[in-house]
Amino acid sequence: MQITSAVLKNDEKAIFGLRELYRKYGYSQYKMSKFEPYDLYVRNKDFLVSENIITFNDASGKLMALKPDVTLSIIKNSDDTENFVQKVYYNENVYRPDKNSGTYKEIMQLGLECIGKIDTYAISEVLMLAAESLDSISEDFVLDISHMGIAKPILDSLGLSHGAKSEILKCLGEKNAHGILAVCERENKDSAMLSALVSTYGAATDVLPKLDALSVPENEGAIEELRRVISVLERCGFGDRIRIDFSVINNMNYYNGIAFRGFIKGLSAGILSGGQYDTLMHRMGKKAGAIGFALYLDMLENLEGNSRDFDVDIVLLYDENANMGALCEMVGILTQNGKSVMAQRSVPEKLKYRQLLKLSEKGVEVIENNA
Amino acid sequence: MKTMLNIALPKGRLGEKVYAMFEKAGFECPSILENSRKLIFENEEKGVRYFWVKPSDVAIYVERGAADIGVAGKDILLEYEPNVYELFDLDIGKCRMAIAAKKDFRDDPQKTLKVATKFTNITKTYYAKKGRDIDIIHLNGSIEIAPILGLADVIADIVETGTTLKENNLEVIETIVPISARLIANKANFKFKSSQIEALVAALKCDGGKND
Repeated sequence: MQITSAVLKNDEKAIFGLRELYRKYGYSQYKMSKFEPYDLYVRNKDFLVSENIITFNDASGKLMALKPDVTLSIIKNSDDTENFVQKVYYNENVYRPDKNSGTYKEIMQLGLECIGKIDTYAISEVLMLAAESLDSISEDFVLDISHMGIAKPILDSLGLSHGAKSEILKCLGEKNAHGILAVCERENKDSAMLSALVSTYGAATDVLPKLDALSVPENEGAIEELRRVISVLERCGFGDRIRIDFSVINNMNYYNGIAFRGFIKGLSAGILSGGQYDTLMHRMGKKAGAIGFALYLDMLENLEGNSRDFDVDIVLLYDENANMGALCEMVGILTQNGKSVMAQRSVPEKLKYRQLLKLSEKGVEVIENNA
Repeated sequence: MKTMLNIALPKGRLGEKVYAMFEKAGFECPSILENSRKLIFENEEKGVRYFWVKPSDVAIYVERGAADIGVAGKDILLEYEPNVYELFDLDIGKCRMAIAAKKDFRDDPQKTLKVATKFTNITKTYYAKKGRDIDIIHLNGSIEIAPILGLADVIADIVETGTTLKENNLEVIETIVPISARLIANKANFKFKSSQIEALVAALKCDGGKND
C-alpha cells in the first residue's frame, strides 16, 4: 500500500525525513526501553529540565523511572573510547511535567548524539545536521550558536558568589543588560565584559569581527573554535541562517563547548536545543567527549498549514434499499482513485467534504460539489 | 505588506504611560487614543499593532508568541518566571515588593511565619533564601486586612507610596525587591523581527526613557 503525504501529520512527516537524513550521515538508531533505574536521574538531576520524574517500583522492588531524558541513557550505555566517534540518533517519548498544567506530558523527542573524540569536524557535522533538520521543517529558520567556553572564563574571573553568578547567568539568558549592571553594581564588580557579552549577538558575519572584544587569555581557544565551526557552516551554505548569540546558555555543570538553539518562524519557542557536554561525560566516569541535540517535534502541531480544509473527499449516501454489494464495490472504485470515501446513511453534522454522492438503483448521482 | 510588530500593553494607568513613551519614540498609533471599546489598534505605516490586555496576562501573551513584545512589571516576571527576553527597564511604574506587618509586630523566629500574599512564588523564594519556614496564604486582594484579622503575621505585597499600609496601621519591615516596568520579548519571534524590535528599543532608550 502506498502512503500519501495527506495521511502524515507535520511531526510524522518530519520524523521520516529526519531519520533518513541522519541515516545518510552514518547515524544508527538507538532504541531504548521505556524505564530506567531512578538512580541514573537522581545523580544528574540538574541536567534534566525538571526534577520531577514519574517513578514506580518494578516487580523486584527496584525504584524505576519513566524516562524524562534520553541522553543520560545513551551515555550510560556508550563505549568509552577516544579512537572514533559513535554516532546515534533516537526517536523516543519522554515524560516531563508541564509548567502550565502542572501535570506530566508525553513529549516526542528526536535527537542525535556523537560520543567519542569530538573534533572540529564532529562539532560542525552536528551543527550542520541541526541546520539541515530545521531546514527540512521550514526554510524560515534561525540557528543561534554560542560557546560556553567564552562566557565561563569571563564569569569566573570576576570571582562572584554562587548566588550572584546564577543571577548573572539568568540575566545573560534574558538579554537583560540592566539586570547585569544592577548585580555588578551591588557586588562591586566590573561589568564591562559582561555588558559586551550580552550585547554581542546577530548574524554570524556581523558578530565574528566583534569577538576580539570578548577575548581573555582563558577563552581564546573557545573563540577560535567558534570561528572555525562557523566557517565550516558557511561553506555548507547555512551562513545566512546562523546567528551568534551568547544568550544561549547551557548548564555549566554539564556543558562546556558549543551551545545552540534552533527556531522556526511561527513557533513561539525554540524547537531544537543542543550542545557539547564533555563535563557530563566526565561526571559519569567517561573519558570521551560528546555533543548532540534534541528536537521537540510535538511543537509542530502549532505550525500553520497543519489544519485540513476537508475531513473527507467524498461522502457516499445510501439508504436501506441499497444493494450492499454494489455499495461496497462503489466505495472500492472511488478509493482506488486516491480519494477518501465515507459511506453514510445521512451526512454527519459539521463534516466538511468535497463532494456529496448518492447511491441509488440507477447508479451514483452527484448531489453537491464543494471543490 | 510590512510585517507588523505585535505589542501587548497592560490595561490601565501604567499602560497609558507606556504608550506615551512608544508614541514619543516614533511608534504612534493615533486610533488608540479614541475612546472606544476596541482592544486592538494598528498603524500599518509604522508597522505596529497594539493591544490592551490585563497587566498580569502580558507575560503570557509574550511567552506564547501572540505578542512579539510587551510591557510587564518586574513583579509579574518574578512571580510567573516566563521564558522571555527582558530587553529594557522602562524605569516607570516604580514601586517595591515588600514585607509589611502591624506596627507592634514582633517576629518570633521559633514560630512558623504566616505570610499572606498574591505573589506566592516570590514570597517562597525570598524566605527559602533566608531559610525561614513559612506558612503561605494565597489571597487575591485586600491583602492588608490579613494581619489585622489575625489571618497572617505579615503580608508580602507591592508598596508604592505606603499610604494604604499607613491607613491600616501597617508598616514595611523588609524590602524584597524594587519593581519597575520592563520591556519583554518572545525569544523565538525576536529572531525573526530583531531589526524592528532593536529599532524600537533604541528609540525608547534615547527618546522615551526617564520621562517620569
